Amino acid sequence: MPKLTINDMEIEVEQGTSILQAAQALGIEVPHFCYHDRLTVPANCRMCLVEVEGGPPKPAASCAMACGEGMVVRTDSEMVTDARKGVMEMMLINHPLDCPVCDQGGECDLQDQAVGYGFDRSRFAENKRAVPDKELGPLIKTVMSRCINCTRCIRFAEEIAGTPVLGQMNRGEDSEVGTFIGEILRTELSGNLVDICPVGALTSKPYAFKARSWELKKTQSIDVHDALGANIRIDVRGREVMRILPRLHEDINEEWIDDRTRFSCDGLNKARLDRPYIRDEDSGKLVEASWDEAFAFIAGKLKGVKGAEMAALVGDLAAVEDIVALKDLMGAYGSPNMDCRTDGAVFSAASRADYLFNSTIAGIDEADAILLIGTNPRYEAAVLNARIRKAHFERDVSIGLVGERCDLTYPYHYVGPGMADVEKMVKDYKGKMKAKRPVWIIGSGVFARPDGAAIHKALYEAAKELGVITKDWNGFNILHRAASRVGALDVGFVPQGKGGRGFASILEGTKDGSIKALYMLGADEFDARAEIGWKCFVIYQGHHGDYGAARADVVLPGAAYTEKDGIYVNTEGRPQQGKRASFPPGDAKEDWAILRALSEALGKTLPYDTPVQLRTRIVEEWPHLGEFDLIQPAKSVAVKGAGKVLKAAFKNPVKSFYLTNAICRASDTMSKCTDAFKGVDEKMLEAAE
Amino acid sequence: MKKLFEINADYQPESFEFTKASQKKAADIIALYPKGRQQSAVMPLLDLAQRQMGEEGAKAEPPHGGWIPRAAMDHIGDMLGMPHIKVYEVATFYSMYNLAPVGKHLVQICTTTPCWLCGSDEIVQASKKHLGIGMGETTKDGKFTLVEVECLGACVNAPMVQINDDYYEDLTSESMKELLGTLAEDMKPTIGSQKGRKASMALSGPTTLEKQAKKAGVA
Repeated sequence: MPKLTINDMEIEVEQGTSILQAAQALGIEVPHFCYHDRLTVPANCRMCLVEVEGGPPKPAASCAMACGEGMVVRTDSEMVTDARKGVMEMMLINHPLDCPVCDQGGECDLQDQAVGYGFDRSRFAENKRAVPDKELGPLIKTVMSRCINCTRCIRFAEEIAGTPVLGQMNRGEDSEVGTFIGEILRTELSGNLVDICPVGALTSKPYAFKARSWELKKTQSIDVHDALGANIRIDVRGREVMRILPRLHEDINEEWIDDRTRFSCDGLNKARLDRPYIRDEDSGKLVEASWDEAFAFIAGKLKGVKGAEMAALVGDLAAVEDIVALKDLMGAYGSPNMDCRTDGAVFSAASRADYLFNSTIAGIDEADAILLIGTNPRYEAAVLNARIRKAHFERDVSIGLVGERCDLTYPYHYVGPGMADVEKMVKDYKGKMKAKRPVWIIGSGVFARPDGAAIHKALYEAAKELGVITKDWNGFNILHRAASRVGALDVGFVPQGKGGRGFASILEGTKDGSIKALYMLGADEFDARAEIGWKCFVIYQGHHGDYGAARADVVLPGAAYTEKDGIYVNTEGRPQQGKRASFPPGDAKEDWAILRALSEALGKTLPYDTPVQLRTRIVEEWPHLGEFDLIQPAKSVAVKGAGKVLKAAFKNPVKSFYLTNAICRASDTMSKCTDAFKGVDEKMLEAAE
Repeated sequence: MKKLFEINADYQPESFEFTKASQKKAADIIALYPKGRQQSAVMPLLDLAQRQMGEEGAKAEPPHGGWIPRAAMDHIGDMLGMPHIKVYEVATFYSMYNLAPVGKHLVQICTTTPCWLCGSDEIVQASKKHLGIGMGETTKDGKFTLVEVECLGACVNAPMVQINDDYYEDLTSESMKELLGTLAEDMKPTIGSQKGRKASMALSGPTTLEKQAKKAGVA
């Protein structure tokens, strides 16, 4: 633990801490470009120079110099300021003066630091260097003349994303960053390049020339594109969401988000349901209606329908409030038929530990062996995949895969395609496991088949035998794909009691006439037109004209995740609060309010009038949902499941990373990505096989 | 000087393999580095690939000198288990790796200060005139490429040029022309000083360490 003095302030730091980190801990700002606390340290920008007294009589790069016992460091001496001014002048020699037309303007490290250390005029009479722009695909726009060669993007692509295609070519004045062979950067995390680039060399292509950072209203919220619940910041201008950026949350997304989260926001303005619709019985077309007409129509249709003949399904993007309101409404009718697992998954939800990511996401940093079962985390939770990758490369954690082979950006040991291979592994390794903190990550797609419950039980027993679940460690993790799923399971939006019917049974019932009315809250992840019987009366409430609305008899326009306050519980069971950034379009309303209004029209008024009352109701029954950002650890109990495990191999449910929900499917950017990466995907698959 | 290369040019071969002899050399080179540090062999392997291309090029019609095609860089990357881009980075950084075909004789003329003071401009002029090409260009028969380089460390015997692996020093316009003529006829010119100077000794003979020089038989 070396002790040192920086600017007359003493600090004691861990062995190996750099001077820059120590200075930051003291609240001293050290300007830097190439240094990034999650990447390796190349020390090539030279902006973080400091003076170390007693050392060699020259400034030292503080990002790369470790603190030593008794060091005396100055970050504000004349030598330091002079050195930094020199570095800044050098950088500005070739940097274009195009801040007024640069998308980074206003949030640019170089701009900010040039205010502090820049010279007020240029002494460089020669031409500025010009560098050809590179093509990095539909998400990243490049203006390479602005590049200051900090190499952050190169290191990010290699170290975090695991796609080493960027490099620094040539030398000296000619050096430039690129892929050299015109390769497209194929990673689900490419949007983060925009954030880590300290200048305007890499900017967001969909956001290009759309807005300036200072005219945006910023709202801190939660992402819903996967079940991780990444922390995000939503930037809006007027009603329109202009862009989405990550927020720091060490235990979930660190400071990354994936491309779906970041770039699908243009889908929020496309294909929106902005007024109620009623299907005309003669023409079979949806006709615009007012709220009153829609409610009256529903009330008429539901008259005489018994509770047992009704059912409700909840889709992937719903907030806990919406789900509880719908559950209460179904409860008022006495209907036991409800399900949130619209991917067809069947698993035990009796205890919370059955369906949570029990080790927690941060727990992966402790894991010493990881087994992926029937999942491709790169597609199902790209940010989580980066954490697994980090575990592999930083701590040499061995990784196994059961299920479909895929390119995970890190090497893995392939165990086999199905449940039989897991059982064989249990036989081989029982009692011989060296790992103290083994982690199993089970994709929720594993259970999306008729023998799901049996697989759940078999996997639990296998995990128990191999010591994945012990007294003080539970590495039995279910990786969900839907943001709403764990919240819905927590509030018990599953078949009620003995007579309750689940997803498959409800769809069956719509066909044989035993289910006469179906309420779909944003349920878009199955082909409703093909799966729902034509006689059933279908109410669809949601925000996009997608699969659900196409089949509906009544469409009630709801709010997307950026347009309502809502609680989302991530796959670890961590409740988080999403905030409203803008208002829903047209006549659309917040979802819980629609359900509350509808309940009144149906004569079954729900007992809450304000969001606060609704939340009070939620917290009364499920206290843990009121404690934001805290994980209530779940006690592991034996999983119950009936039936026999079938022989079929596990299949990965996500085939296209960019089109997994209604917002993505409406987004132009996402469909451009799908087109651009199609060829690359196929090549990758071939290579993996 | 910025390197000229085109990744999709016609001259890029589709594949590259080390010959049997090169493969053995490559294995020896890789064995020099400790386990897990095999990537360090990237530079000697690039050189090996360039030399192999040079040997093949000497027999080709029209001939060409040693250069490294993209396929070779990819091959080396795969051999050493490193991303291709890392090989490209190294290959584009160092000026002695040629990434596009060059003439059978790569004439590198030093024009840094000491050579320039001793008349490297004349050497450049003479070479250009004799070969009928400019700097950075290759003759039509594929025999010569002219390039300008920075100091090659033989300033004592300035002006000088490096042609493939050999230094030719103490040049004049005449001796440069003669040199190029000899090479054009595939004969071997004298390597080193063109004025008969021994190593870096003064032209008039040793002025110091005379005894030792006599003993070594160079005085």
